[in-house]
Amino acid sequence: MRAFLAALLVAFAACAFAQSAEVATPDAAVEERLKRLAEELRCLVCQNQTIADSNAPLALDLRNQIRTQIALGRSDDQIREYMVQRYGDFVLYRPPFKATTAVLWLGPLLLIALGAGIFVGVVRKRRVEENPATLNPKRRAEIEKMLE
Amino acid sequence: MKALRYLVPLAIFIALVGFFAVGLMRDPREVPSPFIGKPAPGFKLETLHQPEKAFTPDEMKGKVWLLNVWASWCVSCRVEHPLLVEMARNKVVPIVGLNYKDKREDGTRWLAKFGDPYALSAWDIDGRVGIDYGVYGAPETFVIDKQGVIRYKQIGPITRETLDKVLLPLIRKLEG
Repeated sequence: MRAFLAALLVAFAACAFAQSAEVATPDAAVEERLKRLAEELRCLVCQNQTIADSNAPLALDLRNQIRTQIALGRSDDQIREYMVQRYGDFVLYRPPFKATTAVLWLGPLLLIALGAGIFVGVVRKRRVEENPATLNPKRRAEIEKMLE
Repeated sequence: MKALRYLVPLAIFIALVGFFAVGLMRDPREVPSPFIGKPAPGFKLETLHQPEKAFTPDEMKGKVWLLNVWASWCVSCRVEHPLLVEMARNKVVPIVGLNYKDKREDGTRWLAKFGDPYALSAWDIDGRVGIDYGVYGAPETFVIDKQGVIRYKQIGPITRETLDKVLLPLIRKLEG
Protein backbone atom coordinates (compact mmCIF):
# COMPACT_ATOMS: atom_id res chain seq x y z
CA MET A 1 0.00 0.00 0.00
CA ARG A 2 2.75 2.38 0.98
CA ALA A 3 4.65 1.55 -2.18
CA PHE A 4 1.52 2.17 -4.21
CA LEU A 5 0.97 5.58 -2.63
CA ALA A 6 4.58 6.46 -3.22
CA ALA A 7 4.25 5.48 -6.86
CA LEU A 8 1.09 7.57 -7.14
CA LEU A 9 2.84 10.58 -5.65
CA VAL A 10 5.74 10.21 -8.06
CA ALA A 11 3.26 9.97 -10.93
CA PHE A 12 1.53 13.18 -9.82
CA ALA A 13 4.83 14.94 -9.40
CA ALA A 14 5.81 13.86 -12.90
CA CYS A 15 2.56 15.36 -14.24
CA ALA A 16 3.17 18.60 -12.38
CA PHE A 17 6.62 18.99 -13.87
CA ALA A 18 5.73 17.68 -17.30
CA GLN A 19 4.95 21.06 -18.77
CA SER A 20 7.92 22.94 -17.42
CA ALA A 21 10.01 20.10 -18.81
CA GLU A 22 8.93 21.19 -22.31
CA VAL A 23 11.67 23.79 -22.22
CA ALA A 24 15.25 23.22 -21.14
CA THR A 25 15.44 26.10 -18.68
CA PRO A 26 11.91 27.14 -17.68
CA ASP A 27 11.53 30.72 -16.51
CA ALA A 28 9.10 30.81 -13.58
CA ALA A 29 7.52 34.13 -14.60
CA VAL A 30 7.03 33.05 -18.22
CA GLU A 31 5.58 29.68 -17.20
CA GLU A 32 3.18 31.43 -14.80
CA ARG A 33 1.91 33.79 -17.53
CA LEU A 34 1.72 30.90 -19.98
CA LYS A 35 -0.36 28.89 -17.53
CA ARG A 36 -2.76 31.76 -16.93
CA LEU A 37 -3.22 32.34 -20.67
CA ALA A 38 -3.38 28.68 -21.66
CA GLU A 39 -6.05 27.94 -19.07
CA GLU A 40 -8.45 30.22 -20.92
CA LEU A 41 -7.76 28.83 -24.37
CA ARG A 42 -9.56 25.83 -25.78
CA CYS A 43 -7.59 23.03 -27.36
CA LEU A 44 -9.29 22.39 -30.68
CA VAL A 45 -8.13 18.81 -30.98
CA CYS A 46 -9.67 17.66 -27.70
CA GLN A 47 -12.33 20.30 -27.38
CA ASN A 48 -13.18 20.02 -23.72
CA GLN A 49 -9.64 20.57 -22.54
CA THR A 50 -7.67 23.76 -22.29
CA ILE A 51 -4.36 24.24 -24.03
CA ALA A 52 -2.81 24.07 -20.56
CA ASP A 53 -4.29 20.62 -19.81
CA SER A 54 -4.05 18.93 -23.15
CA ASN A 55 -1.32 16.55 -24.23
CA ALA A 56 -2.26 16.85 -27.90
CA PRO A 57 0.69 17.77 -30.13
CA LEU A 58 -1.15 20.89 -31.28
CA ALA A 59 -1.58 22.05 -27.67
CA LEU A 60 2.16 21.59 -27.13
CA ASP A 61 2.88 23.61 -30.27
CA LEU A 62 0.54 26.35 -29.14
CA ARG A 63 2.11 26.47 -25.67
CA ASN A 64 5.50 26.88 -27.32
CA GLN A 65 3.98 29.52 -29.58
CA ILE A 66 2.78 31.43 -26.50
CA ARG A 67 6.26 31.13 -24.94
CA THR A 68 7.78 32.59 -28.10
CA GLN A 69 5.31 35.46 -28.06
CA ILE A 70 5.96 36.18 -24.39
CA ALA A 71 9.68 36.24 -25.20
CA LEU A 72 8.92 38.76 -27.97
CA GLY A 73 7.28 40.99 -25.38
CA ARG A 74 3.69 40.66 -26.62
CA SER A 75 0.90 41.54 -24.20
CA ASP A 76 -1.71 39.01 -23.04
CA ASP A 77 -4.32 40.70 -25.25
CA GLN A 78 -2.07 40.49 -28.28
CA ILE A 79 -1.49 36.79 -27.67
CA ARG A 80 -5.22 36.12 -27.30
CA GLU A 81 -5.81 38.11 -30.48
CA TYR A 82 -3.21 35.95 -32.25
CA MET A 83 -5.17 32.82 -31.27
CA VAL A 84 -8.56 34.28 -32.22
CA GLN A 85 -7.26 35.31 -35.66
CA ARG A 86 -6.37 31.69 -36.34
CA TYR A 87 -8.99 29.65 -34.54
CA GLY A 88 -11.90 32.06 -34.08
CA ASP A 89 -13.76 33.07 -30.91
CA PHE A 90 -14.32 29.39 -30.23
CA VAL A 91 -10.77 29.16 -28.89
CA LEU A 92 -11.65 31.47 -25.99
CA TYR A 93 -13.35 29.92 -22.99
CA ARG A 94 -14.62 33.42 -22.24
CA PRO A 95 -16.05 34.53 -25.58
CA PRO A 96 -16.42 38.27 -26.25
CA PHE A 97 -19.84 39.88 -26.26
CA LYS A 98 -21.02 40.50 -29.81
CA ALA A 99 -24.05 39.92 -32.03
CA THR A 100 -23.32 36.21 -32.54
CA THR A 101 -22.72 35.55 -28.84
CA ALA A 102 -25.52 37.74 -27.45
CA VAL A 103 -27.84 34.77 -26.90
CA LEU A 104 -25.07 32.94 -25.07
CA TRP A 105 -24.52 35.82 -22.66
CA LEU A 106 -28.06 37.14 -22.31
CA GLY A 107 -30.02 33.88 -22.62
CA PRO A 108 -29.58 32.80 -18.98
CA LEU A 109 -30.50 36.30 -17.73
CA LEU A 110 -33.63 36.30 -19.89
CA LEU A 111 -34.59 32.86 -18.57
CA ILE A 112 -34.10 34.01 -14.97
CA ALA A 113 -36.22 37.11 -15.66
CA LEU A 114 -38.92 34.93 -17.23
CA GLY A 115 -38.87 32.54 -14.26
CA ALA A 116 -39.02 35.43 -11.78
CA GLY A 117 -41.94 36.94 -13.71
CA ILE A 118 -43.90 33.68 -13.58
CA PHE A 119 -43.09 33.26 -9.88
CA VAL A 120 -44.31 36.77 -9.01
CA GLY A 121 -47.44 36.24 -11.09
CA VAL A 122 -48.31 32.97 -9.35
CA VAL A 123 -47.69 34.40 -5.87
CA ARG A 124 -49.83 37.50 -6.58
CA LYS A 125 -52.67 35.42 -7.92
CA ARG A 126 -52.59 33.15 -4.89
CA ARG A 127 -52.57 36.11 -2.51
CA VAL A 128 -55.65 37.58 -4.17
CA GLU A 129 -57.46 34.24 -3.98
CA GLU A 130 -56.65 33.71 -0.33
CA ASN A 131 -57.50 37.19 0.85
CA PRO A 132 -60.94 36.98 2.61
CA ALA A 133 -61.78 40.56 1.65
CA THR A 134 -61.67 39.71 -2.04
CA LEU A 135 -63.56 36.45 -1.73
CA ASN A 136 -66.69 36.67 -3.81
CA PRO A 137 -69.96 36.65 -1.84
CA LYS A 138 -71.13 33.39 -3.31
CA ARG A 139 -67.99 31.50 -2.25
CA ARG A 140 -68.16 33.26 1.17
CA ALA A 141 -71.69 32.03 1.67
CA GLU A 142 -70.63 28.51 0.76
CA ILE A 143 -67.81 28.52 3.28
CA GLU A 144 -69.94 29.98 6.02
CA LYS A 145 -72.52 27.28 5.42
CA MET A 146 -69.80 24.62 5.75
CA LEU A 147 -68.64 26.14 9.04
CA GLU A 148 -72.06 26.10 10.66
CA MET B 1 -57.25 29.12 -20.46
CA LYS B 2 -57.15 25.51 -19.40
CA ALA B 3 -55.77 24.48 -22.81
CA LEU B 4 -52.93 26.98 -22.39
CA ARG B 5 -51.78 25.05 -19.35
CA TYR B 6 -50.97 22.12 -21.59
CA LEU B 7 -50.06 23.96 -24.76
CA VAL B 8 -47.31 26.13 -23.22
CA PRO B 9 -45.23 23.20 -21.89
CA LEU B 10 -45.84 21.36 -25.15
CA ALA B 11 -44.62 24.35 -27.14
CA ILE B 12 -41.51 24.61 -24.94
CA PHE B 13 -40.90 20.89 -25.35
CA ILE B 14 -41.18 21.10 -29.14
CA ALA B 15 -38.82 24.09 -29.20
CA LEU B 16 -36.27 22.13 -27.12
CA VAL B 17 -36.55 19.11 -29.40
CA GLY B 18 -35.93 21.46 -32.32
CA PHE B 19 -32.78 22.88 -30.71
CA PHE B 20 -31.47 19.40 -29.90
CA ALA B 21 -32.25 18.12 -33.38
CA VAL B 22 -30.18 20.90 -34.94
CA GLY B 23 -27.45 20.82 -32.30
CA LEU B 24 -26.93 17.07 -32.30
CA MET B 25 -26.79 16.82 -36.06
CA ARG B 26 -23.97 19.33 -36.26
CA ASP B 27 -20.38 18.18 -36.12
CA PRO B 28 -18.80 19.79 -33.04
CA ARG B 29 -15.39 19.50 -34.70
CA GLU B 30 -16.44 21.89 -37.42
CA VAL B 31 -15.60 25.21 -35.90
CA PRO B 32 -16.52 28.23 -38.02
CA SER B 33 -13.29 29.38 -39.60
CA PRO B 34 -12.25 33.00 -39.15
CA PHE B 35 -10.35 32.79 -42.46
CA ILE B 36 -13.25 32.83 -44.89
CA GLY B 37 -13.07 36.00 -46.98
CA LYS B 38 -9.59 36.86 -45.71
CA PRO B 39 -6.34 36.74 -47.68
CA ALA B 40 -4.47 33.46 -47.34
CA PRO B 41 -1.60 33.97 -44.85
CA GLY B 42 1.77 34.27 -46.58
CA PHE B 43 4.58 31.82 -46.00
CA LYS B 44 7.74 30.55 -47.60
CA LEU B 45 8.56 26.86 -47.30
CA GLU B 46 10.82 24.32 -48.92
CA THR B 47 9.00 21.92 -51.18
CA LEU B 48 8.77 18.32 -50.07
CA HIS B 49 10.52 16.86 -53.08
CA GLN B 50 13.05 19.60 -53.76
CA PRO B 51 14.58 21.13 -50.62
CA GLU B 52 16.35 23.75 -52.72
CA LYS B 53 13.08 25.06 -54.15
CA ALA B 54 10.86 27.35 -52.09
CA PHE B 55 7.13 27.87 -52.46
CA THR B 56 5.06 30.91 -51.51
CA PRO B 57 1.30 31.30 -52.05
CA ASP B 58 2.00 34.43 -54.16
CA GLU B 59 3.05 32.12 -57.01
CA MET B 60 -0.58 31.02 -57.33
CA LYS B 61 -2.02 34.53 -57.86
CA GLY B 62 -4.40 34.59 -60.80
CA LYS B 63 -5.45 30.97 -60.34
CA VAL B 64 -8.17 29.29 -58.31
CA TRP B 65 -6.37 26.63 -56.28
CA LEU B 66 -6.68 24.26 -53.37
CA LEU B 67 -4.37 24.10 -50.39
CA ASN B 68 -4.68 20.63 -48.91
CA VAL B 69 -3.14 19.91 -45.50
CA TRP B 70 -1.97 16.31 -45.32
CA ALA B 71 0.51 14.04 -43.57
CA SER B 72 1.63 10.44 -43.85
CA TRP B 73 0.57 9.86 -40.22
CA CYS B 74 -2.93 11.18 -40.90
CA VAL B 75 -5.34 8.29 -41.26
CA SER B 76 -8.30 10.17 -42.71
CA CYS B 77 -6.02 11.73 -45.34
CA ARG B 78 -6.04 8.30 -46.95
CA VAL B 79 -9.82 8.41 -47.11
CA GLU B 80 -9.94 11.57 -49.22
CA HIS B 81 -6.78 10.84 -51.20
CA PRO B 82 -8.42 8.97 -54.12
CA LEU B 83 -10.72 11.96 -54.68
CA LEU B 84 -7.74 14.32 -54.84
CA VAL B 85 -6.00 12.00 -57.30
CA GLU B 86 -9.18 11.98 -59.38
CA MET B 87 -9.37 15.80 -59.32
CA ALA B 88 -5.75 16.02 -60.40
CA ARG B 89 -6.37 13.57 -63.23
CA ASN B 90 -9.34 15.62 -64.44
CA LYS B 91 -7.22 18.78 -64.11
CA VAL B 92 -9.94 20.56 -62.14
CA VAL B 93 -7.66 22.99 -60.30
CA PRO B 94 -4.05 22.94 -59.15
CA ILE B 95 -3.80 21.32 -55.72
CA VAL B 96 -0.94 22.40 -53.51
CA GLY B 97 -0.17 20.12 -50.59
CA LEU B 98 0.90 21.34 -47.18
CA ASN B 99 2.77 18.40 -45.76
CA TYR B 100 2.12 18.96 -42.07
CA LYS B 101 4.60 17.87 -39.39
CA ASP B 102 5.93 14.96 -41.38
CA LYS B 103 9.39 13.56 -42.03
CA ARG B 104 10.49 14.24 -45.59
CA GLU B 105 11.10 10.57 -46.38
CA ASP B 106 7.75 9.51 -44.85
CA GLY B 107 5.89 12.08 -46.93
CA THR B 108 7.57 11.21 -50.22
CA ARG B 109 7.14 7.48 -49.57
CA TRP B 110 3.42 7.97 -48.84
CA LEU B 111 2.95 9.87 -52.11
CA ALA B 112 4.88 7.24 -54.06
CA LYS B 113 2.58 4.58 -52.62
CA PHE B 114 -0.82 6.26 -52.95
CA GLY B 115 -0.22 8.59 -55.91
CA ASP B 116 0.73 12.26 -55.98
CA PRO B 117 -2.15 14.62 -56.88
CA TYR B 118 -0.20 17.71 -55.88
CA ALA B 119 1.34 20.31 -58.15
CA LEU B 120 3.83 20.42 -55.30
CA SER B 121 3.83 19.96 -51.56
CA ALA B 122 5.19 22.59 -49.20
CA TRP B 123 7.04 21.01 -46.31
CA ASP B 124 5.83 22.33 -42.94
CA ILE B 125 8.01 20.28 -40.61
CA ASP B 126 7.35 22.22 -37.40
CA GLY B 127 3.69 23.01 -38.10
CA ARG B 128 4.18 26.79 -37.94
CA VAL B 129 2.38 27.45 -41.22
CA GLY B 130 -0.31 25.05 -40.04
CA ILE B 131 -0.85 27.25 -36.98
CA ASP B 132 -1.00 30.35 -39.20
CA TYR B 133 -3.79 28.65 -41.16
CA GLY B 134 -5.60 27.58 -37.97
CA VAL B 135 -5.13 23.90 -38.78
CA TYR B 136 -6.23 21.60 -35.98
CA GLY B 137 -7.33 18.40 -37.66
CA ALA B 138 -5.71 17.19 -40.84
CA PRO B 139 -6.88 16.77 -43.50
CA GLU B 140 -8.06 20.31 -44.14
CA THR B 141 -8.62 21.90 -47.50
CA PHE B 142 -8.74 25.60 -48.38
CA VAL B 143 -10.26 26.92 -51.59
CA ILE B 144 -8.35 30.06 -52.58
CA ASP B 145 -9.48 32.40 -55.33
CA LYS B 146 -7.56 34.28 -58.03
CA GLN B 147 -6.92 37.23 -55.68
CA GLY B 148 -5.47 34.92 -53.02
CA VAL B 149 -8.53 35.13 -50.76
CA ILE B 150 -9.70 32.04 -48.85
CA ARG B 151 -13.26 31.28 -49.94
CA TYR B 152 -13.95 27.95 -48.24
CA LYS B 153 -12.37 25.66 -45.70
CA GLN B 154 -13.10 21.96 -45.48
CA ILE B 155 -12.25 20.44 -42.12
CA GLY B 156 -11.79 16.70 -42.25
CA PRO B 157 -11.71 14.53 -45.35
CA ILE B 158 -13.35 15.60 -48.61
CA THR B 159 -16.17 13.23 -49.47
CA ARG B 160 -17.81 12.58 -52.82
CA GLU B 161 -20.79 14.58 -51.58
CA THR B 162 -18.85 17.69 -50.50
CA LEU B 163 -16.82 17.48 -53.69
CA ASP B 164 -19.89 17.43 -55.95
CA LYS B 165 -22.16 19.71 -53.95
CA VAL B 166 -19.74 22.27 -52.49
CA LEU B 167 -16.23 22.26 -53.91
CA LEU B 168 -16.85 21.81 -57.64
CA PRO B 169 -19.72 24.37 -57.86
CA LEU B 170 -17.65 26.88 -55.87
CA ILE B 171 -14.59 26.34 -58.06
CA ARG B 172 -16.69 26.76 -61.21
CA LYS B 173 -18.16 29.98 -59.82
CA LEU B 174 -14.76 31.38 -58.87
CA GLU B 175 -13.26 30.52 -62.23
CA GLY B 176 -16.19 31.84 -64.24
